[in-house]
Amino acid sequence: MEKDHSKLERIALRIRRAIIEMTHAAKSGHPGGSLSSVEILTALYFAIMRIDPERPDWEDRDRFVLSKGHASPALYAALALRGYFPEEALLWFRRIDSMLQGHPDMKGTPGVEMSTGSLGLGFSAACGMALAARLDKKDCRVYTLIGDGEAQEGIIWEASMAAAHYRLDNLTAFLDHNGLQIDGPNEEVMSVEPLAAKWRAFGWEVLQVDGHSFGQIMDAVAKAKLAKGRPTMIIAKTTKGKGVSFMENAAGWHGKAPGDQEKDAALKELEVVCCER
Amino acid sequence: MSADIATRDAYGKVLVDLGRQNRDIVVLDADLSTSTKTALFAKEFPDRFFNMGIAEQNLMGTAAGLAASGKIPFASTFAIFATGRAFEPIRNAIAYPRLNVKIAATHAGLTVGEDGASHQCLEDIAVMRVVPNMTIMCPADGVETEAVVRAAAAYKGPVYIRLGRAKVPAVYQKESYSFEWGKGITLREGGDVTIIATGIMVSMALEAAEDLMAGGISARVIDIHTIKPIDRELIIKAALETGAVVTAEEHSVIGGLGSAVAEVLGETVPVPVIRVGVEDTFGESGTAEELLIKYGLTPGCIMQAVERAVKIKRL
Repeated sequence: MEKDHSKLERIALRIRRAIIEMTHAAKSGHPGGSLSSVEILTALYFAIMRIDPERPDWEDRDRFVLSKGHASPALYAALALRGYFPEEALLWFRRIDSMLQGHPDMKGTPGVEMSTGSLGLGFSAACGMALAARLDKKDCRVYTLIGDGEAQEGIIWEASMAAAHYRLDNLTAFLDHNGLQIDGPNEEVMSVEPLAAKWRAFGWEVLQVDGHSFGQIMDAVAKAKLAKGRPTMIIAKTTKGKGVSFMENAAGWHGKAPGDQEKDAALKELEVVCCER
Repeated sequence: MSADIATRDAYGKVLVDLGRQNRDIVVLDADLSTSTKTALFAKEFPDRFFNMGIAEQNLMGTAAGLAASGKIPFASTFAIFATGRAFEPIRNAIAYPRLNVKIAATHAGLTVGEDGASHQCLEDIAVMRVVPNMTIMCPADGVETEAVVRAAAAYKGPVYIRLGRAKVPAVYQKESYSFEWGKGITLREGGDVTIIATGIMVSMALEAAEDLMAGGISARVIDIHTIKPIDRELIIKAALETGAVVTAEEHSVIGGLGSAVAEVLGETVPVPVIRVGVEDTFGESGTAEELLIKYGLTPGCIMQAVERAVKIKRL
């Protein structure tokens, strides 16, 4: 029987609402790819990772690097709800003098492990963190999240080669496979498939899950921990804009903020889901 | 005098010593470890050496991740690939978060020699200089290389260290050399003009100053081992006291030491500044010596520049 994930579902809903409110208040940002990654981030921060918000610099903590840095609203909301900083800070997203930069800034935001935004670099840095943990004989794990469009970056494949070469089995990567990038569907802009075969060929353990199913995400992470001698790529099939009907599967909502009416409509939908459950 | 060695050789040796002293020092290379001399470290500390293959972007990104976890990574490859191919990872993953990565790039400048223009990096100082949080060091000889690399390892933050392939004449003796962070070194006093040099051009500047003496020109010589942050105080003082400046570097005349000095003086003591360096052009194959002559990097060229500077000063 499927475990009860209602607590995680409630958190995911709050993160979704925060994404809408943050991008609306900022009048900019990336709601589509933030909404598609909500369950992955929720599972990591509220069920999987060994972390302590009171001690963001704790040496033995697990690390998460948001390589698709434009999903910063989802990361910031998860960090705030997990207790790294007050939720009120979220509404200062993208504003002058704010600690919540448009893309993650490790120097300014508690809990942000790596400054990202330029695609591919976070994934590479996560490999460095996994190497460091192994050098120090620490059992902490490193997680990272990339986008499917991001898989077009050359450094992704440089790092994938190196992670397998150095047998980084303490590294687990997620691929938020929502199928869309700024200019349209991946397969029209630049084909990325077959993703699973590519990473298998590079020497990774590859798992495929429904990226909106907590049960599947957590089962995959448990399997990743058992994979010895190789890193794991969890290809998470997701829906861009998930949870807001008019944003779902629409490339146009990659980097566009909701206006007043769109915000109200989105929050109403996210409320309805809440009550139904 | 100390022995004439290439700065890359001095780097390889001191790296091993640093590795013995500090377990947090790790070294990464991109399939050039026998040329960059990080192979010496790899041999002694195989667990702390990571060959990243021919993949410079990931070399820098991985170094950033290691630094974010408390390591002190030295990332080495040729200067053109470090600062050219991997410019943006350096900018975004290392300098922006001010991570403690040391980029020690060898084969800078024309003295790469026979490999030709594709491998001769004449723009690394310029592109690193424009990156915030970056410190840039360019030692003149083996003794100074050792000091620079030790200082970089002790400093917390990103450093770019510019090293060469060819042997360079020893400028310093180990026993008497004293390194001070961010401070240039006045190697020779003089009142008519100041030659401000970096890297392999320091020994040539000393030669030029000696020859200029015969013609009655008293030239001060300053070694700028740290190009950023630059020793403004020393440069301003030299301009005030000598009234004319010549810069010398194995780099494009655009954006390097000459530009940095001109920027300081243009806003403080606007004296003539003549830049000796490679004009706005690519190099070619040839021996190091032939290339230095053809592209105007000789003591004679420095002397000509001094004569021009002194002439402008007297107008």
